[in-house]
Amino acid sequence: MAITPPSERIWWKEPIAKIELIWIIIAFIWGLIMFFMMIYWHGAGEQNLSNEAYKITAVRFAEKAQTMIDDYTVRQENNFPVVHPPPGSDVYLIARLWQWWPILELEKDQSYRLHLSSMDWQHGFSLQPVNINIQVHPGYDMVVTVKPDQAGEYGVVCNEFCGIGHHNMVGKIYVVE
Amino acid sequence: MAKTAEFRTCPTTGLKVDLNAERLIKANAVVAVVFLAIGGLFGLLVALTRWPAVHFLPADWFYLALTAHGFDVLLVWIIFFEMAVLYFASAVILGSRLAGPRWAWSGFALMLVGALITNVAVLKGQSSVMFTSYVPMMAEPSFYLGIILFAVGALIGVFVFFGTLVVAKQEKTYEGSVPLVTFGATTAAIIAVFTIASGAIILIPTLLWSLGFISYIDPLLYKTIWWGMGHSSQQINVAAHVSVWYCIAAMVFGAKPLSEKVSRMAFLMYILFLQLASAHHLLVEPGMSSEWKIFNTSYAMYLAVLGSMVHGMTVPGSIEAAQRARGLTKGMFEWLRKAPWSNPAFSGMFMSLVFFGFIGGISGVVMGTEQINIIMHNTIYVPGHFHGTVVAGTTLAFMAITYLLVPLIFRRELMFKKVAQWQPYVFGIGVAGISMFMMGAGTLGVARRQWDMTFADAALPFDYPSAAFLMMGLNGMSAVLAATGGLMFIVVVVGSVFFGRKLGVDEKPSYPESPPQASINQYGNAETLRIPGTVMLVAIFFIAFVLYYFVNWKYLSEVWPLS
Repeated sequence: MAITPPSERIWWKEPIAKIELIWIIIAFIWGLIMFFMMIYWHGAGEQNLSNEAYKITAVRFAEKAQTMIDDYTVRQENNFPVVHPPPGSDVYLIARLWQWWPILELEKDQSYRLHLSSMDWQHGFSLQPVNINIQVHPGYDMVVTVKPDQAGEYGVVCNEFCGIGHHNMVGKIYVVE
Repeated sequence: MAKTAEFRTCPTTGLKVDLNAERLIKANAVVAVVFLAIGGLFGLLVALTRWPAVHFLPADWFYLALTAHGFDVLLVWIIFFEMAVLYFASAVILGSRLAGPRWAWSGFALMLVGALITNVAVLKGQSSVMFTSYVPMMAEPSFYLGIILFAVGALIGVFVFFGTLVVAKQEKTYEGSVPLVTFGATTAAIIAVFTIASGAIILIPTLLWSLGFISYIDPLLYKTIWWGMGHSSQQINVAAHVSVWYCIAAMVFGAKPLSEKVSRMAFLMYILFLQLASAHHLLVEPGMSSEWKIFNTSYAMYLAVLGSMVHGMTVPGSIEAAQRARGLTKGMFEWLRKAPWSNPAFSGMFMSLVFFGFIGGISGVVMGTEQINIIMHNTIYVPGHFHGTVVAGTTLAFMAITYLLVPLIFRRELMFKKVAQWQPYVFGIGVAGISMFMMGAGTLGVARRQWDMTFADAALPFDYPSAAFLMMGLNGMSAVLAATGGLMFIVVVVGSVFFGRKLGVDEKPSYPESPPQASINQYGNAETLRIPGTVMLVAIFFIAFVLYYFVNWKYLSEVWPLS
């Protein structure tokens, strides 16, 4: 039994039943398939994170974002600037207690270098309803190249707990034709 | 002094039981169950708050209750119970005296004091930082201090376990190799050392930071090392509850492992690879390369997953082989149909096995895939997954073995047998519901650890789809069912331990059914081994796994291109 010492003293020399061996081989191969699937997707798939990131201070990141806001704000909405940066450019989204700042307006099927960083605690960039989720750290500028493929109005929810106002931290991204 | 250990002989198993070990098992198990009750209650409050139609707690209490829920059940309940499992798997199963019972008691005291300190810190309201306490969000110093004391106490317990293995070996209390259950418990203990070391490396500086002696802790560094503790501690649970599965299979059926070699190799895979799992929490963080993520998140090409998949066949396979040897050979599933489904030790164990594999296991591998994590990270899919592993898997397995510990170790007759008989079903189905509905809501984007999914007070409006609200409502109802099952467990166990009829010195408990005396079926015999029912179950599992895996790649391929 499993609660008594093995009945065969030299248990490591006992043969393995065929059915167990077959399952071990199948499970091992399945593991390899899952492993190489991740590598394959880096070449063939369209959804990969670049892992491009820089150390940055909150002040410096806020300055960069402000420059973008000053240059490309097209209107105001609920006291948020709505920024329409040129396609292909560097776009900054500030995460802070308890806001995503500013509102971005992007063009469909254009690429943008989206920079994410936090001014204070950790936050979670959760783009809805597409359901893209990226962790946002203070002190790190993470760059993700995004290419919105559908026009519409998207919500940015915070999905990393960030204190008592966490559930009020909602931002917005517009994608226009 | 230690040489004068006192023993009694168990009338059911014939094992020599060190009375020191027995007292420690009782104390750890009782405290564990108390914290299960407290933490479970907090969990119910959390689920009722996330049920949109009920929305029970105000925001500050919600975040407080969620912090307490995570700490009390994920850490305190499980580790206290694991201490009981370790002492059982060493001293009792090996028929040895416990090494250093005074050390074991001091470890117990430290754990208890630590757990209380952290609970007080949380209840004071200034430490609602969640169980993970990600910096730079800061809790009171005592929050970290309590966890550190708790961990030191647990480490002492782990070394008492190792010491007992040495004592048993030296005093020749058994012949040959240690039993498989002890081997599995050793796996858990080795992983525990790694886990606690990671915890110390990160929480001691964090304590100093909260006291003002250190000015800065890098949030990414914190997360990497914290999860060396946070995820590895869940691997202690896996190793422990797989050992419990084998233990119950042996005690209820006299089942023998199909192959000692295969089962032990599977445990060895855990020791070698499970610690890489910190990466599961860092797949969408800045600063990690894809090479690092892929190697670590897959436990080096899924070798630890391989270990679990092997146990997934060998545990039910050993039961099937034992049942067939007893004459239940009709068709594919007579052995399973005629299993003792009214014995809560068996029904709990078997549901734990099925739910851990199908719900917790598959979802964990899928979510831990580098790119698929993008559509799941920090959504409520994540708690959906780990309620499948830690609650439907570990907690249900621990509840199941408690039904054997009460008569064998506490020497009390189980009370409320009807309640006990139904308890694993009520709890198991409730928890399976919690897991699946949270996973469903997470697929629809619902954030975890979030008080108001309607965003009523947010400056900018946003609405989740109405199906997400339905999912969270069903989650709340499942939580009520699970809480009922939890309450049934507490009533049976606390009632029996304190008020159950005391069993006589030589009396064998009549319920649950006494384990068969003779162990049956030979392992490793390639000619006679026939387990077609298990093969069918494993095939169903494998097909579900493959389909679900690729369905999620399809979901991923539909989101915005990212690079």
